[in-house]
Amino acid sequence: MIKIGVLGLQGAVREHIKSIERSGAEAVVVKKVEQLAEIDGLILPGGESTTMRRLINQYGFLQPLQQFSDAGKPIFGTCAGLILLAKEIVGQQEPHLALMDIKVERNAFGRQRESFEATLAIEGVAPDFEAVFIRAPYIMKAEANVEILAKYNEAIVAARQGTILCTAFHPELTEDDRLTRYFVKMVEDVKKELAY
Amino acid sequence: MANLGTDRVKRGMAEMQKGGVIMDVVNAEQAKIAEEAGAVAVMALERVPSDIRAAGGVARMADPTIVEEVMNAVSIPVMAKARIGHVVEARVLEAMGVDYIDESEVLTPADEVYHLNKKEYTVPFVCGCRDLGEAARRIGEGTSMLRTKGEPGTGNIVEAVRHMREVNGQVRKLISMSTDEIMTFAKELGAPYEVLLDIKANGRLPVVNFAAGGVATPADAALMMELGADGVFVGSGIFKSDEPAKFAKAIVEATTHYQDYQLIADISKGLGTAMKGLEISTIAPEQRMQDRGW
Repeated sequence: MIKIGVLGLQGAVREHIKSIERSGAEAVVVKKVEQLAEIDGLILPGGESTTMRRLINQYGFLQPLQQFSDAGKPIFGTCAGLILLAKEIVGQQEPHLALMDIKVERNAFGRQRESFEATLAIEGVAPDFEAVFIRAPYIMKAEANVEILAKYNEAIVAARQGTILCTAFHPELTEDDRLTRYFVKMVEDVKKELAY
Repeated sequence: MANLGTDRVKRGMAEMQKGGVIMDVVNAEQAKIAEEAGAVAVMALERVPSDIRAAGGVARMADPTIVEEVMNAVSIPVMAKARIGHVVEARVLEAMGVDYIDESEVLTPADEVYHLNKKEYTVPFVCGCRDLGEAARRIGEGTSMLRTKGEPGTGNIVEAVRHMREVNGQVRKLISMSTDEIMTFAKELGAPYEVLLDIKANGRLPVVNFAAGGVATPADAALMMELGADGVFVGSGIFKSDEPAKFAKAIVEATTHYQDYQLIADISKGLGTAMKGLEISTIAPEQRMQDRGW
């Protein structure tokens, strides 16, 4: 069976774990670097990106996470996870993991009172996905090698670059597992390929 | 079409704070120290609870200048406190764009009978609770997040422990009950029946429950996580300690790795003196903040 980790330093970890399990894969909370060796794919959950980054530094996760991705293992980032993945962040000198060729803006839709739900069409995933945006970022610019999966009012809110997937919203806050299943499929495909 | 202020959006915001530490701050400088230390949010106040306790008199919503200063200083969410039942303080904070409102017993209540109808607001609320009855009443009114009341500003964890154990113990009892027993349980607790049915069906509270009121050390924060808290509020504990920046970082780490005792030992070394604590029995009954709220 496929084993998928959820980075468990802070944020909505439990919801992703449940969604992975409902999608037919084994789920594990990753709190230590050594655990990266035993998983086939990783989810970076929603939470506070500044808090996660501090804890990533504290426990020496930065390079191991980049190596995990370089080894071809899939990563899925939601909201704060998307910010961690971006190569460029508006108003910030340094990016975090810098794995995706995207430029993102934090809290791009506004503060909590501007947070919202909307129905989105996500390419290859669902024509009618209930998306929950909470102090969400969006992708302002994506390089040509990035596949745009969904937009909301012209803002890019879901994208894929090879084995990396990201959304500005929180699929884990709904019972809709179609995005998680899409990611599980990505992990399965990569595992088959890596086995050859 | 975008839907604002739905339950999922309001409760979801609190879900994103899980495993994190929310810190009380009184100015931009403290807010930056908190953000740098890894706080998931800050609570903007005019005075921390221990100073409110010392000052006496009526404690009100903070001066909007302070709240605004803090909002401009950090990119993490900013919370602020309104008095229990004070509709206008809550509306003012909402209009300012505060991310979460604490309808708080730390301030002097504006209404001794009614809490706010929190369902009417776009901004989400957090409320204190000592037992499941109080938790369920606040959920019934529309709170999107709970926290234990503890006894604020004391640096004494004993009341927060009591409240966390009480709520979680009653939730476990409720889940094991047969449905025909729940109405009487609701009557005993003074809890809305429908809220209890929902908790039984889902096997847990519908909103996150943080620990608050007396957390003074990294070990205190870890203890509350061990007892089932979803995260931790630290009021006076950080900026009343000798070295706030170090203390703040240590509390964040202890909350993340609350079962890694060697790590908690390491980060607790050389932290300097924690805030001075208060024995609960030395507080006059009318000075107990936890008894405010109905």
